[in-house]
Amino acid sequence: MTVKTTLRAGAATPAGARRERHRSRSNLRGWVFAWPTALFVIVLFVVPLLLVLRMSASHWPLLSGDQGFNFPSNYRKTVSNRFFVESVTFTLKYTLLATVLLIVLGLGLALLVQESTHWKGLLRTSFLVPSALGLASASLLFYVLYSPLAGPFATMMNRLGWTFLGSPDAALASTLFLIVWRYAGFYMLLMLVGLQAIPTQIYEAARMDGSGRWNTFRRITIPLLRPTLALTIILCVTGSLLAFEQFYILTKGGPDNSTITVVQLIYSMAFQGQNDLGVAGALSVLVLLALVAINAVQLRAFRGSEDK
Amino acid sequence: MTTTTPRRALDGGPRANPARRSTPSTTLAGVALRTPFWVFSGALAVIFLFPLVWTSVASVSPHPGTGQVDGWGFGNYVTLAHYQAGIGQYLTNSGIVSGLTVVLTLLVSTLGGYAFARFRFPGRNLLFMLTLAILMVPYATLLIPLYVLLSKFGLQNSLVGVALVLTMFQLPFSTFMMRISFESVPRELDDAAMVDGCSAFTALWRVLLPAVRPGLITVGLFAFLAAWNDFLAPLILINDTNRMTLPLAVSNLRVQVQGVIDYGATEAGVVVLALPCILLFLVLQRHYVRGFMSGALKG
Repeated sequence: MTVKTTLRAGAATPAGARRERHRSRSNLRGWVFAWPTALFVIVLFVVPLLLVLRMSASHWPLLSGDQGFNFPSNYRKTVSNRFFVESVTFTLKYTLLATVLLIVLGLGLALLVQESTHWKGLLRTSFLVPSALGLASASLLFYVLYSPLAGPFATMMNRLGWTFLGSPDAALASTLFLIVWRYAGFYMLLMLVGLQAIPTQIYEAARMDGSGRWNTFRRITIPLLRPTLALTIILCVTGSLLAFEQFYILTKGGPDNSTITVVQLIYSMAFQGQNDLGVAGALSVLVLLALVAINAVQLRAFRGSEDK
Repeated sequence: MTTTTPRRALDGGPRANPARRSTPSTTLAGVALRTPFWVFSGALAVIFLFPLVWTSVASVSPHPGTGQVDGWGFGNYVTLAHYQAGIGQYLTNSGIVSGLTVVLTLLVSTLGGYAFARFRFPGRNLLFMLTLAILMVPYATLLIPLYVLLSKFGLQNSLVGVALVLTMFQLPFSTFMMRISFESVPRELDDAAMVDGCSAFTALWRVLLPAVRPGLITVGLFAFLAAWNDFLAPLILINDTNRMTLPLAVSNLRVQVQGVIDYGATEAGVVVLALPCILLFLVLQRHYVRGFMSGALKG
């Protein structure tokens, strides 16, 4: 920094030199406030990111630590893990279903409570309250709610001989219901913010032109809501691809290992049984790459459709 | 949908036109038209509130195989209180993690937000992009190396370690939030303070902090909710039962005695976990909503 300043000062006019010197002083002052952020970002984000790359290329058992370079053995082991294909397929299926459900229901709820009346304010609050709970708390709550022994539907379930978590399909559907309950209000809120940004004059003009409700929704609301839809879809896809708590607590990956997500697989590779941080690191790196790629594709798709 | 909003814009407020506003709801036809909507939306609200209400009621009602067998009472909470290290210990652990995360997040993001909003310094844009990049990286991808790294610092099994990690995960949102909060304060305000002889620090402390209070509340609220509820970070970073946080303890308590699950104590645990969040949310709802408004501006 000092070198740069003297170089420039030498070339510039005296006034320019003074300005440069002034700027260099504020340079230092900025770091007086920025260093804690830099410390956190470097030590707890950049360094771990580099470390996981190294771990993924090393034989690294949980207890004995680094045992030396072994690339690409961990990656080969990850891909040939007997749950790898299953968990990737399941995670993608879950992501697709959760995203469609949350975006459609979030938008539906937002349209339902858009006006500001007392009743709609109450509705908004009751849809939002579950979002204050942690996902782990919500999963524990539904674990009891779905229980064939203690839940409110226990008698009904015993009579029908059906359980919420008994079959793979039922377990997935029950988890999706929990996720909708926990997150629909959150997505409603994002949609409401987006809806508010649409100028009211446009709606008025559409009404003057005799546009019906459905037509207005399809031709005006949806196109103008596109930035919000893009944001919410990216958020929802990212969150769902990384799903963990809901399955770890509610279904424990069952029944018959039918609900194992990728993050659950990372966790079990590292800390349950296999105890291999190298293999878990390799899968973590693959997930990171997949996420970056998927988000890049989504951003490009949304940007592309905006240009049209 | 299309009627109320323009009217508000034209009249300058909903109160300006009480006659037109009350007409549709007071006439018989208006009520008849709206009844299906009320029934439908009311039923939806019930679906959203039912799980919470049911758990609270079930946690104090009698059920065989729980801590509350006959009559209503707090038996399940007594079971919870004596579980392993005791709920007091877990509440304290969660309190320490959440308190520390909130304080650190506020401190780091206020200083950082101020730096990004008011100073140009080498590496400024790179640091801001790196901070936002935390959002792009999966939680688990970072927790595996952090598990190794924290034990190198002697922070394995440590609540402080968990708080440091959770603070890092809060930084993208909180730094962004504090940056736009400071940017919305007119620069003349700190210039005036500096002319009056304040240093950059005193200007920040005395003049700017009161101006960005709403931003601070939003950042603090989000940091608390995230830290209080976090599950994966303590699951990976803590393995000593005495240092577990509350979500972990309640989740473990479920699978206690040879597959026999104490549903009553789990219900009580969920209530203890949820209550502070719901109360805070109801009191600070406005600030919660603001957090999303700023996020959407970015998108």
